Amino acid sequence: MTNSIHDMGGMHGFGPVEPEADEPVFHAPWEGRVLAMQRAMGHTGLWTIDGGRASLETLTPVSYLAASYYKRWFLGLERRAVAHGLVGEDEIAAGRSLRPGIRLNRKMTAEDAKAGRWPSYERPAPGPARFKEGDLVRTANINPPTHTRLPRYARGKTGAVEAVRGVHVFPDSAAIGAGDNPQWLYTVVFSALELWGEEADPAVRVSIDAFEPYLAPA
Amino acid sequence: MQLRVRALETILTEKGYVEPAALDQIVENVETKIGPHIGARIVARAWVDPEFKRRLLEDATEAVNSLAGFDPVASHLIAVENTPRLHHIVVCTLCSCYPWSVLGLPPVWYKSAPYRSRTVIDPKGVLAEFGVALPPDTEIRIWDSTAETRYLVLPMRPAGTDGWSEDDLAGLVTRDSMVGTGLAKSPQKAAR
Repeated sequence: MTNSIHDMGGMHGFGPVEPEADEPVFHAPWEGRVLAMQRAMGHTGLWTIDGGRASLETLTPVSYLAASYYKRWFLGLERRAVAHGLVGEDEIAAGRSLRPGIRLNRKMTAEDAKAGRWPSYERPAPGPARFKEGDLVRTANINPPTHTRLPRYARGKTGAVEAVRGVHVFPDSAAIGAGDNPQWLYTVVFSALELWGEEADPAVRVSIDAFEPYLAPA
Repeated sequence: MQLRVRALETILTEKGYVEPAALDQIVENVETKIGPHIGARIVARAWVDPEFKRRLLEDATEAVNSLAGFDPVASHLIAVENTPRLHHIVVCTLCSCYPWSVLGLPPVWYKSAPYRSRTVIDPKGVLAEFGVALPPDTEIRIWDSTAETRYLVLPMRPAGTDGWSEDDLAGLVTRDSMVGTGLAKSPQKAAR
């Protein structure tokens, strides 16, 4: 969801950042299993990384904030497995499988995991890029009820294209099962004054990676 | 959570969706293979090899993939260079995007609400919480990692390290210095 709690840039009230000295990779063994299940189920191709993120964003703000990072992924994974008909609610409740699984096109093997290949989200260009380095652009004021990568704090703002970053799967489309819909990606940089107003620090600039549909000439 | 997670793993395994051996391998990779030691070697190489540094800043994916002994990085790695006048910080306000292949898994603070909310609006306050104070005329640039691009900060080489070997230099490069919430260690601090 677009205007949900995950879109945190610029919010106040969360307190100080608290780095942990000598932090372990995982704080409990189950965290590693969640990450691994997440990766392995991603490999099946049933959903994209964007679909995975969208499922986290549909957690209520209270659940989202109350859950640790890996618990959030766990809750999202359970939801997705049920939503895709892979696992029944009754099986989750029973803690074991009650029927055979459905057939998947791909399943991650230990060899696949060892190779550690990452899926690529780059795609061939559907056409020429609309913008070039140095162009002034204005970001869209959009509020879709579905996944987007345009954070709230950077909507309806004027910035400059700093770099053209190739063509990638458009998360806003992929997250709702509407296909890759590849789009040009740009680094767009804003002054803190533009984002946060006159009181902001003039020595600060913030960039986002913005897909072409988010941008119009300024 | 341990029980709930084990139950889901049992269900997914019994239904034939995942192989426990594959899960074991993924955990082993993230616990033992990837980590900030990889990024530190890349930074140290850039400090001693101007041609490599040029290529790293131009196309980090290509530059890192050309190094012997490194696993290929996820597509689209971008390296940004700190200078006496400009300091870079990387954040993912929407989630937890992080350059896993060169820094390993992100620490808890990187994924936390305070870091994600405040870095874009109060970077100096966040830096202060990491004990970093920059000269007042330093420009600050925040990179909000909102797409599949991933960012690696190339920290400044500490003074007093002329003639140091690449391995010794890598020992000065901290994870936080490659995210922008820290600086590379000085030789004095490293010796302590």
